[in-house]
Amino acid sequence: MQLGAKRWLIAAVLVAFGVSALSGYFNRYYLGIAIDVGISIILAVSLNLINGHTGQFSLGHAGFMAVGGFTAAKLTLELTPSVPAAAQPALFVGAMLAGGLVAALAGLAVGLPSLRLKGDYLAIVTLGFGEIIRVIFQTSPAFGAATGLTGIPKFTTLFWTWSAAALTVYVVASLVNSTYGRGFLCVHDDEVAAAAMGINPTRYKVTAFVTGAFFAGMAGALYAHHKQVLKPDGFDFMKSIDVVVMVILGGMGNTVGVILAAILLTVLPELLRGFADYRMIVYSLLIIGLMLLRPQGLFNLRRRESRSAAAN
Amino acid sequence: MNPFTHNSPAAAPKAPSVLCRSLATLIRVLPLVAISLLLALGSAGCSKKSDDVIKVGEFASLTGKEATFGTSSHEGTLLAIEELNATGGVLGKKIELITEDNLSKAGESGTVVTKLIDRDGVVAILGEVASSRSLEAAPICQRSQIPMISPSSTNPKVTETGDYIFRVCFIDPFQGTVMANFASKTLKAKKVAVFTDVKSDYSKGLAKYFKEGFTEAGGEISAELDFNGGDKDFKAQLTAIKTAAPDAVFVPGYYTDVALICIQAKQLGLNVPLFGGDGWESDDLIKIGKEAVEGNYFSTHYHPEVSSPKSKQFVEAYKKRFKNQDGSPKAPDAMAALGYDSAIILAEAMKRAGTTEGAKVRDALAAMKDFEGATGKTNINEKRDATKPAVILQVKGGVFKYVETISP
Repeated sequence: MQLGAKRWLIAAVLVAFGVSALSGYFNRYYLGIAIDVGISIILAVSLNLINGHTGQFSLGHAGFMAVGGFTAAKLTLELTPSVPAAAQPALFVGAMLAGGLVAALAGLAVGLPSLRLKGDYLAIVTLGFGEIIRVIFQTSPAFGAATGLTGIPKFTTLFWTWSAAALTVYVVASLVNSTYGRGFLCVHDDEVAAAAMGINPTRYKVTAFVTGAFFAGMAGALYAHHKQVLKPDGFDFMKSIDVVVMVILGGMGNTVGVILAAILLTVLPELLRGFADYRMIVYSLLIIGLMLLRPQGLFNLRRRESRSAAAN
Repeated sequence: MNPFTHNSPAAAPKAPSVLCRSLATLIRVLPLVAISLLLALGSAGCSKKSDDVIKVGEFASLTGKEATFGTSSHEGTLLAIEELNATGGVLGKKIELITEDNLSKAGESGTVVTKLIDRDGVVAILGEVASSRSLEAAPICQRSQIPMISPSSTNPKVTETGDYIFRVCFIDPFQGTVMANFASKTLKAKKVAVFTDVKSDYSKGLAKYFKEGFTEAGGEISAELDFNGGDKDFKAQLTAIKTAAPDAVFVPGYYTDVALICIQAKQLGLNVPLFGGDGWESDDLIKIGKEAVEGNYFSTHYHPEVSSPKSKQFVEAYKKRFKNQDGSPKAPDAMAALGYDSAIILAEAMKRAGTTEGAKVRDALAAMKDFEGATGKTNINEKRDATKPAVILQVKGGVFKYVETISP
């Protein structure tokens, strides 16, 4: 299983590299959307680890994304002038990792006290956290206060985004499929039973939270260097909800489904531009329709397939 | 062997009938396939190619939390394009305005503007009201060498992005200077107190430039006090201001705070005029402040009463074209007038350049002087900002009355 996953990772990075090498021939509009798709995949897959696999309802993903984005953007804004052009990709990767790490620290700070809560209570705490993050950035002059950061260098390329997305999928999938990772599923299925089996639910929950926050922070860094402008307003509650919708539509705990949902929900609003003013109504109707047609998630074939195979 | 689903049991299915399984899969995925086909058809149908039109892109907040600003601005722009097309268009071609909504959301404007430039092939971009969203679009226009004109983003940073980015409104520092001129020339004030909202960059900026302008004009700042936006009690500071005995008080704040400040100033017997910037312009100022705001002044971009023939013509055309919900003619606000101006100044630049080529239109825009628009004469300065007159309004009888126009 590990071997299979690694093959996938290498294949995905190679594809990202290949496509990225040709990116000069693409229309920049489509290229931009491809990058948006990659960022959505990172966000959705990392939230899926928390919400889907571990079953903890978090509404603070936009907050972690903001932490990562602002940290990385501040770093590149400060350091780019003093770094030679050749070393700038390294600077970007460093900033991206720093963004992820600071977001992971934030995840730890929020997770330790609050993950003793369950269900709706946890959702409310994470929601509150997301708002606190936004307000902190909104009022701190070092991060541009309400205007946010502008003039961020355009470092994000298709290659970095898709590689990061592949890495996220790889880490989350192998983590969940490892012996250790089965603990996440136990916590998801029944906390009391898991504790009785010697699994420490809080530890697993915090691990999921910190890992998820790390990748959300990386997504934030990619986003910052893609849009070149960061405004605290962009990381409000609605942004978290967008990611939650991807996870629910894709099927909680189903990585392939969540990836498909992330692609679909990022591309769909663009495809619907022809509807002009009614775009968001059509978009919402389609989501409602999909939810009614496929309540088990967009791509939850495997579970039923194996069941039907067993029936055969 | 699929590593991506934890739900799969370790053993792979024995594959008794591959055909049966794939059929079942197909049926399950069918709704998805149908939807994607529908979408593909829908998006294919809306892209039309034609070379006999000039494509101009507009991005606006037509839905979302700032939809009122975006709609006003869009209506002004739309009116301008319709008028231009009715009189034969520009360079012998009609203008096709392609408008995209950014949902008032951060992150959307970049995508939308890239789409307008790279997929629709527009030759220029118009937008936006909010400075933050203009700042998102500006680097993209600059990189693509497509001229962008913002109708009403007042933050100085917007046009600092690059030499393809213009605006047709004045910037925050200018407004401070205008009010300094107004205080010394029209109010004939010698001593002015300044009362600043320290929470807002906008207020601090206006106060700074007001102080510089007013001392330069020979005036004296007799007191400087601060408040926090959202405060309810301003009496301590107002008492201090009263002790300093100024001829007038400059309050660069937003209308809700300003209304309370006006009420409490009257209660304390501080009977000198208060004046401020375009943050005052809201019907709520009168609703909250009532008679306490009477007689006070503020500066803004535009007023329907302004007596230039071009703006009268604009007001008439706008009232004819757009209606309120109850069917009565809609009076244009400052956003609509600036939206209108952004479009006609672009058309004028294309005429003067004789082409729609980005670099040439940019040069024509940069050289634009004394352009007569709905909001008065517009001059583009070396920073690609408009230096144009501001209008001073006074609250009189529960409405905003036009007082005078101050040229830079």
